[in-house]
Amino acid sequence: MILKVSGFFLRLSLLVLVSGCTSVQPWERGTLAKPHMALQPFPSQTALREHIYGSRESASGSTASAGGGGCGCY
Amino acid sequence: MTLRHWIISGLLLLGDSHISLAEVVLGQAAPSCSLSKIGGGAEKKLDSFKGQVVYVDFWASWCGPCAQSFPFMNQLHRELSSKGLAIVGVNLDEKAADAAGFLTKTPAHFEILADVGGSCPQGFGVKAMPSSYLIDRHGVVRHIHLGFKPSETEALRKEIDALLLEAASTP
Repeated sequence: MILKVSGFFLRLSLLVLVSGCTSVQPWERGTLAKPHMALQPFPSQTALREHIYGSRESASGSTASAGGGGCGCY
Repeated sequence: MTLRHWIISGLLLLGDSHISLAEVVLGQAAPSCSLSKIGGGAEKKLDSFKGQVVYVDFWASWCGPCAQSFPFMNQLHRELSSKGLAIVGVNLDEKAADAAGFLTKTPAHFEILADVGGSCPQGFGVKAMPSSYLIDRHGVVRHIHLGFKPSETEALRKEIDALLLEAASTP
């Protein structure tokens, strides 16, 4: 009996949760298209900072946009 | 839970998804569309352009390539409106003020209308911004163009010229 009831609630909660998901249509992306919604608002500044950081740390991590071994000589 | 329960649950969840499957197909009649002037006003149906070749362009103020496409559409309007081309720019902005601001910076000489209630892009199955659809004189969708690149205008122009040459009487 308890199993039956919990199964019912599982399905009910799935239904309620999934109904919260909507796909954003191409024409509804006005807010997402705003500059302050960008992951990197200043891409060239970020790239420069990562380059300097990589050089100083003598190791460029996965964030480094340019290739190189961290010697700062690329 | 038995398998039957899982299947029923799955079907319920499927039915719950909000993805619309409506989409125009080449060679089929264009979906009907309720439009009006930006900011409200009298309703104008897309069907009212029947008999003309219709270039329907879905645009919004926040879309960069849309702004790029306006001079091209102005040129088309200038050169081909006398030959039976109707250009309809369907605005999909959520705020009418955004569209009005865009139009002061990017003037449009062709017909600008706004979608009423969001059903128009749904009916067409708009997948990109901008999206343009070429509808022939019988109301049949003949060409779908996603996005806008200046390099693609020549091919688009040829397509429009060919449609304009088709007589209204032949199916």
